[in-house]
Amino acid sequence: MEFFRIKRDIPFMRYALVFNVISLVTFLLAVLFLATRGLNFGIDFRGGTVIEVAYNHAVDFNRLRGAIDKLALGEYSAQAFGSSDTALIRLPLEEGVSTAQLSERVMSTLRADDPSVTLQRVEFVGPQVGRELYENGALALLLVIAGIMAYLAMRFEWRFAVAAIIANLHDVIIILGFFAFFQWEFGLPVLAAVLAILGYSVNESVVIADRIRENFRKMRKASVETVIDNAITSTISRTMITHGSTLLMVLSIFFFGGETLHFFSLALAIGICFGIYSSVLVMAPLVRWLGVSREDLVKPEKKKGLEGEKILP
Amino acid sequence: MNRYPAWKYILIAVAIVVGFVYTLPNFFPEVPAVQVSTSKATVKVDAGTLARVESVLKEEGVAHRGATVDATGVKVRLADTDTQLKAKDVLQKRLGDDYIVALNLISSSPQWLASIGALPMYLGLDLRGGVHFLLQIDMKGAIDKAADRYTTDIRSLMREKRVQYGGVSREGQNVVLRFREEAERVKGRVEIEKSFPDLAVREQEAPGGELRLVASLKPEAQKRIQDGAVQQNITILRNRVNELGVSEPIVQQQGAERIVVQLPGVQDTARAKDILGRTATLEIRMVNEDPGALDAAIAGQVPFGSDLFTERGGQPVLVKRQVVLTGDRINDAQPGFDQRTNEPAVHVNLDGSGGRIFKEVTRENVGKRMAIVLVERGKAEVITAPVIREEIGGGRVQISGRMSTREANDVALLMRAGALAAPMDIVEERTVGPSLGKENIEKGFNSVVYGFVALAVFMCAYYMLMGLVSTIALGINVLLLIALLSMLQATLTLPGIAAIALTLGMAIDANVLINERIREELRWGATPHAAIQAGYERAWGTILDSNITTLIAGVALLIFGSGPVRGFAVVHCLGILTSMFSAVLVSRGIVNLIYGGRRKLDKISIGQIWKPAPTPAPAK
Repeated sequence: MEFFRIKRDIPFMRYALVFNVISLVTFLLAVLFLATRGLNFGIDFRGGTVIEVAYNHAVDFNRLRGAIDKLALGEYSAQAFGSSDTALIRLPLEEGVSTAQLSERVMSTLRADDPSVTLQRVEFVGPQVGRELYENGALALLLVIAGIMAYLAMRFEWRFAVAAIIANLHDVIIILGFFAFFQWEFGLPVLAAVLAILGYSVNESVVIADRIRENFRKMRKASVETVIDNAITSTISRTMITHGSTLLMVLSIFFFGGETLHFFSLALAIGICFGIYSSVLVMAPLVRWLGVSREDLVKPEKKKGLEGEKILP
Repeated sequence: MNRYPAWKYILIAVAIVVGFVYTLPNFFPEVPAVQVSTSKATVKVDAGTLARVESVLKEEGVAHRGATVDATGVKVRLADTDTQLKAKDVLQKRLGDDYIVALNLISSSPQWLASIGALPMYLGLDLRGGVHFLLQIDMKGAIDKAADRYTTDIRSLMREKRVQYGGVSREGQNVVLRFREEAERVKGRVEIEKSFPDLAVREQEAPGGELRLVASLKPEAQKRIQDGAVQQNITILRNRVNELGVSEPIVQQQGAERIVVQLPGVQDTARAKDILGRTATLEIRMVNEDPGALDAAIAGQVPFGSDLFTERGGQPVLVKRQVVLTGDRINDAQPGFDQRTNEPAVHVNLDGSGGRIFKEVTRENVGKRMAIVLVERGKAEVITAPVIREEIGGGRVQISGRMSTREANDVALLMRAGALAAPMDIVEERTVGPSLGKENIEKGFNSVVYGFVALAVFMCAYYMLMGLVSTIALGINVLLLIALLSMLQATLTLPGIAAIALTLGMAIDANVLINERIREELRWGATPHAAIQAGYERAWGTILDSNITTLIAGVALLIFGSGPVRGFAVVHCLGILTSMFSAVLVSRGIVNLIYGGRRKLDKISIGQIWKPAPTPAPAK
């Protein structure tokens, strides 16, 4: 079995402008959604209380809301979570309300209303902790970006570092754009997924960059476009298959991992799909436009030229 | 040419054997158990305790399935949960209050595995159920309290040294003394500086010509008080947690002013919260015994400077507002018996300054009653109000009379658990019910298994024998990862399980890279042996690069992540390391075993190699 039977190098670079326009448009759309709708931050970042309760029958939301309304807790939301037997109640932070007792009060009210209710999970995050988690998340993102850039700059060349990080931030922004557009809840696990994608997507750029460098050594007379086209074409099979395998695993988490991992796996899936696109069609044209040349990558060593002529080891 | 030296095969074999042994404990189910430990420094849990536990169970006719002793206490395995409850009751009754008997679940893995340190993975709260609290200490409260204490101390000091002063009070975090004469002020200042080196004293002229001394805590003393407050609160929380009978509680400091409390397996979260969040302060005050005052107070006219409280049991008590002693002067309180009358009693041990104050107060009030008041969330309750029989010096106080053994126990516990050094707030809580925990394990396990199977089917179909080799290498990766997690006793959370799945999905990348390279080499006409060699060698650089970038993301998460995300990061990072070993070294080892021995190799089973038609070779 072989999926990719490519006779000639695909002239990716000829259509670079088209791809870049597409990327730019998706990117700007994502930014637009982020700016207008904003992210729907979970309680990890915003603070508040989440209570998950299970009944031995389908949840009667009118009754549940009726019971909670009696407590006069201000604005809250109650919705089905995973199955129809489970309800998720979100309570906002409130000044002066002892949060430690809040969940107990809600639970005892619900228990009085329907004794079949059981407490599955309570999460409470205070405002200060929420802010810290938010700051730490942002710091982690910055650290990852800086770390990856430094590594790529050291390992390859600054142009690759810049192009790769732009390509991958483009993925990150698009994931965030999805979360803003659909108002999916953005919690700590989603942040973890975004960072993992950042590290993972860069792989792709590394593989292509590796090939470009190798090709500069091997194909001494070819133009820069041809070199990049060949690098992308010869790695595309591997790109699709590894991303497909990872996607297989992520889908498995999505379908079997339960509600808690729902948005986590969703973020990973989006990231993987756009990761393929961005490293092939965003990173490579960027490298080209930043003006990469043979001299930047292949140091004029005495024996390199001779070796480079050989295609086979 | 595709042969490994013997040491590489040995290395792989050793890694697999070690991995297998350390993964093994995870396959044994957990069995009900009781755990006997102690919170007292004077009581040791050792082989002697083990023998005692075993003999108690034998006498009471409770069958058990083996008992062991380790650093955390004596653990007794039992057949079922009914026996478990019975064993707990029996042991608690017979061993007495020096020991904590808790219900627990322990792995049924054989003893020899535990003795080489092979334990099952440590499951996080989202997998086993339990409560996680993050408590923030109110440091301002700690300093306020210290200032309060100094106010009382300075007052006694002034009296003791016969300094004429107009009044002492706490203003903010300072202690302010008023004087009428300059000479007395100088004398007062000297005495304070001599007795309390932690205080910085300055003179101040208040409007109206009043002479004042303002004493405030030096910064280094504040720091010490804050550190002390954290430590004291941790100790108190540990005592309270022990009261809950949790088998493996975690109470530890996080950052400068926070404490993490984790109680795995706790089901009654309301009670846990209640006991932990008890912001109790203990106060010793004098009872107002003016004739008629109590009746007037009950009628609604509480005399000025007194409070009307109810004693445990229901009788009303009128208590003076002035606090003689606060709970943080109490070093310890233990139930016991009066040596003369053999009545149940509570032995209280006060610290030095508490002892001095107590001596003074009891000398002046023989025959009167003093009340021990527990203030909990603004509600005060008189625990007991004994009569002072004689002057009590030396800081050792005995409270007795009209008490049952049980009451003595309760009073001692309340006095001990009494005062936190500083108030605390719960700033983060994550509670997971036990059924959700089980569900989470199942879901996590399913997603790994189904994902792995799907991946294995695809790899074998696409790369044939080489795909099978990759799958085996991937399986060994899981084995090593779980072994490593078990060895390090890193906490496994649900995101951690997701990380296992994700890491597998990413780890296969290395094998795909290698296999694609080998195919490419073959396409260009290399001999099978050369193709294998070149495929592994050329892919290595790329694998290294891509794993390092993934590792950077993992480490950043490890540094900045908290809670479940940290669990994800730990597994992710470890998974990357094990995948480099298994995908490259192990899979090459297997390939070498299969193909390396054959001198003439015509074909590698790596699926179809498509060769382009006579068109010119790529990239010329």
